[in-house]
Amino acid sequence: MTKAETLPIRSGDDVVRVRQRVRTLCIEIGLGLVDQTKFVTAASELARNTLDYGGGGDVRAEVVQTGTRKGLRLTFEDEGPGIADIEQALTDHFTSGGGLGLGLGGAKRLSNEFHIESTPGVGTRVTVVRWK
Amino acid sequence: MDRIPILKLGGALIVTIQVDMQDRLAIALEEDLSAMIARTGARGVLIEISALEIVDSFIGRMLVSIAAVSRVLDAETVVAGMRPAVAITLVELGLELTGIRTALNVERGMAIIQSRIAEEGEGHGGDWDRDES
Repeated sequence: MTKAETLPIRSGDDVVRVRQRVRTLCIEIGLGLVDQTKFVTAASELARNTLDYGGGGDVRAEVVQTGTRKGLRLTFEDEGPGIADIEQALTDHFTSGGGLGLGLGGAKRLSNEFHIESTPGVGTRVTVVRWK
Repeated sequence: MDRIPILKLGGALIVTIQVDMQDRLAIALEEDLSAMIARTGARGVLIEISALEIVDSFIGRMLVSIAAVSRVLDAETVVAGMRPAVAITLVELGLELTGIRTALNVERGMAIIQSRIAEEGEGHGGDWDRDES
């Protein structure tokens, strides 16, 4: 049982809209305030990565359910340059330009599930889930 | 373009961030603040963020950057009013607010700035009353 929607990430304003929509969905699945804040922050980091490093893309938001457990799954996709060394990109403070630094590693810590696929020259897809 | 208003109170500049910040607004705030510190000789910058629902690394870097520039211009930055959920998230995110003093609320934040002004007051007294803005 899922409900999905896709939001564009093409500008700074889109990042703000993604945050607001993720907040609403977090409330809908019944997350508490601290968990909402964590997941909205993770979404903000990933949306910004999509914009700044992926050259823009979109995010698919799905309310997912296993048994009685509800969760929110976010899939960020871009067709940017991709990441050659994912392990390194997940390291805190990796980046000299003040970018990915905490983005990927931080988003991973703030989510219950984290998955990344990236192909240089093709793009990057990051999936995160937060369960109630 | 919208800008965030900066208030001057004694030797301090006060900013309340009440909107969901995006890039241009953050950059404009940093520029406006440094210009205003230079113009007024303010010794402290109080940034009130109780309305912010999240602080991600973008906003965190902006705060760190404002604090660094302010420090070079001889003003201390105090961030006041962070929500508890935001504080918890920041720690888990791993964001360090290097060079930033924090205060639970505006009142305590102003006390930090006022005590700095009082300590170092002698040599700077004349500057505060001159309003060049």
